[in-house]
Amino acid sequence: MIVEILDIVIAGLLLGGLYALIAMGLSLQYGVARVLNISHGEFIMLGALGAWFLFGFGVNPLVSLAICGPVTFIIGFLLYRTVFTRLRTSSASIGAYEGSSMLASFGLLFIIQSIALIAWGSGIKGYTYLAFPVNVGGALFAANRLVALAFAVFLGLVFYFFLVRTRLGKAIRAAAQDPATAGLMGVNINQVLALCFGLGAMMAGFAGLLISICYPVNTTMGLEYTIITIIVVVLGGLGSIPGSFIGGFILGLIGSIVTYLEPGLSLAAYYVLFMLLLLVRPTGILGK
Amino acid sequence: MDKTTVLSKKPLFLGLLFLLFILFAFLPLYGSVYSVILVTAIFMHIVLTVSWVIFSGPTGYISLASAAFFGVGIYTSAILGKTFPLPIVICFGALTSFCLALFVGALTLRLRGIYFSMFTFGLVLLIQQLLLWYEVNITHTRGRFVIVINNATIYYVMFAILAATILTAYFISRSKYGLALQSIGEDEEASAHTGINVTVLKTIIFAVSALFAGAAGAIMATRWTYIDPFIAFNPLFSFMPVLMAIFGGMGQFYGSIIGAVIFAYLQEMLITRFPYYYMLIFGIILVVVILYLPGGLVGLLQKWRKGDLAEKHANT
Amino acid sequence: MRILEGEGVTKYFGGLAAISNVGFHVDQGEIVGLIGPNGAGKTTLFNLISAALVLNSGVIKFKGEKISGLKPHQVCRAGVARTFQSVKIFGNIPVLGNVLLGSLFGTSTGMSSADAAREAMESLEFVGLSTMRATPAKDLTLANQKRLEVARALATQPDLLLIDELIAGLNPTETAQAMELVTRIRDRGITILMIEHVMKAIMSICDRIIVLHHGEKIAEGTPQEITASKTVVEVYLGDQAYAGS
Repeated sequence: MIVEILDIVIAGLLLGGLYALIAMGLSLQYGVARVLNISHGEFIMLGALGAWFLFGFGVNPLVSLAICGPVTFIIGFLLYRTVFTRLRTSSASIGAYEGSSMLASFGLLFIIQSIALIAWGSGIKGYTYLAFPVNVGGALFAANRLVALAFAVFLGLVFYFFLVRTRLGKAIRAAAQDPATAGLMGVNINQVLALCFGLGAMMAGFAGLLISICYPVNTTMGLEYTIITIIVVVLGGLGSIPGSFIGGFILGLIGSIVTYLEPGLSLAAYYVLFMLLLLVRPTGILGK
Repeated sequence: MDKTTVLSKKPLFLGLLFLLFILFAFLPLYGSVYSVILVTAIFMHIVLTVSWVIFSGPTGYISLASAAFFGVGIYTSAILGKTFPLPIVICFGALTSFCLALFVGALTLRLRGIYFSMFTFGLVLLIQQLLLWYEVNITHTRGRFVIVINNATIYYVMFAILAATILTAYFISRSKYGLALQSIGEDEEASAHTGINVTVLKTIIFAVSALFAGAAGAIMATRWTYIDPFIAFNPLFSFMPVLMAIFGGMGQFYGSIIGAVIFAYLQEMLITRFPYYYMLIFGIILVVVILYLPGGLVGLLQKWRKGDLAEKHANT
Repeated sequence: MRILEGEGVTKYFGGLAAISNVGFHVDQGEIVGLIGPNGAGKTTLFNLISAALVLNSGVIKFKGEKISGLKPHQVCRAGVARTFQSVKIFGNIPVLGNVLLGSLFGTSTGMSSADAAREAMESLEFVGLSTMRATPAKDLTLANQKRLEVARALATQPDLLLIDELIAGLNPTETAQAMELVTRIRDRGITILMIEHVMKAIMSICDRIIVLHHGEKIAEGTPQEITASKTVVEVYLGDQAYAGS
């Protein structure tokens, strides 16, 4: 019994760590840059397939972190500077901007996904890395999952401290509170927003890479992760970074419990939770 | 002077409409099987797009539930198709979607903006997952076969649904309820204080728009012969109408129809041969339209025409 | 006859009372001014009467019938119309369409579309906007947008009109026109409850004034009584005097 519970909890934490990482990325993109980025999952896919691609050349996945992260960052940064900056300046209101930027990100979803499909095809891809079992209090886990969990938590915390402690992080939080005033205080708002979007994409890239260490991946995996991310972000309160971190772990645990009870219903459980949340408390557990 | 041009244009427009009607009414008699199937698919997209525009166009609530209403129609048809005659099956498909929309609308239309979009999209996926689970664990089957009907019948039924959709959209947009929907899109609070029962109006129009998506699903199911939750509740059917409407331009009534025709044609041409390239083009056009053509094709046309007029005035 | 009355009207935001235990009444045919410093709860009280907000306790009656608990559109159809502090017009709808919505949906008995159109045109003429009926509302000047709001409210054929800051942001000529409009509305037999910050205007036009401060009613009476009241001068006019010095 205890082993079973441990089994569920650790599996939930692993899942939760990945969710938390992805959700922090989207939270930054929505909370600061006001883009509900539906193509978020495509950056996860890019990170995952990037790692798989590099593994084919014998590159250790943990080394690939240093490659996939910056690449997804640059793509995100440039996309914001080209597409979303223009949309932001031409939109009449913040509501109109949120609507049109969401639709534009739908377009990006199709663009990124089809380029990946053209390059890599639609087959399921996987590689073996640190696949030996490790005994945790009687429950057996593959070493790669524990490594992924450790990295997810580590990256999440680094990111959090970056926001709280550094000067740039403070500028970002100021921009989230009040873009106009932050602009007056000498924060280059376009640069900061693009940075946030890029950082969000980078988090997705990291998470995708960690996912590829544990699970098989493919070019169409993105949308499902996007939806899970949105659920986590709503759960934690749209735009709240600590909320996303905690929400990720909560959803991971729920997923793990439902999977244990009835594997076919885990996604359905997520959606039910999501819709109930939107109806009852759309501001999330840590929202205002 | 303005008035005379409008007056002289009206019979021309009606004549053109009548000609189009005759052309399409007899298509199965002179056209190839392929053309009948192609036009059916185009009609389906127009129905989905126009029914989406009925509600989301004026109110600005971006609904991503089209795939849910369409899918409900598909499944109703698959379940009832073997026992009931076609007209009843289609009515049932439409009514089931209507009821679902009524329920969802009453529940969620107080959600504003992006929350409403997320909820409606969650609905599509939730139904998909629940059906999948039901089929795998309770009935132990995956998907269903749908009774097959000849292409001409499917064509005519879709044609009738199309006509009903366009007429409904036209009359709603011209009625006082159309004006009220537009005012909700402008300022919902002011609408309520002007005496409009915003909750009831939004819910009913949302449900009416679902009616047509459900009917279209019910007839399309017979064309596909085999369906499963992934085919019936494909999220693409939620995105497509939005894209087609934006591409065509929602400012004018016919904009969404033009958008749907062009995109449906492109899709039917490209999707079987170059599916990945089709998706790529789809995405690029979506981004370009949102960035550079906020009024869609119709907006571009109007701008161009205005520019033309201004030039003429400048010359005289 | 009392057309509007409230007893023990209370509204909390979080733990804070925005309106606490306020009793008030408006008589048929009056122009009543609602004044008070910023944050006194004036607009909140308007929102409670028009059902934009739901009150926590108390009761509001219109023509002797309870209207608290109704929905905004029901209050409107019962005969209480309002305007907004920050103008809320339907910007992309033509001026006539804005007003037409009021006459089509705002009246208790349904109107035929011809009657509604006539009613809407009449309201537009009354406020002096009939020549601009085809202009999209967002293209009007602020003063005209405010008049449009009044026309839309009048088209719902109200017995009571709630006017929230009609003068704020207008120049002296526009202000005079707006005050004249208010008296003309009263002359049509419509009772008026208005929020205003411009003291001179409100003192000259109102039959009676209610003063709110920190969500409580601190004074009530004719303009002469209000200007003479020590409490009012202290909390309200006193504030202004200090701010002015």
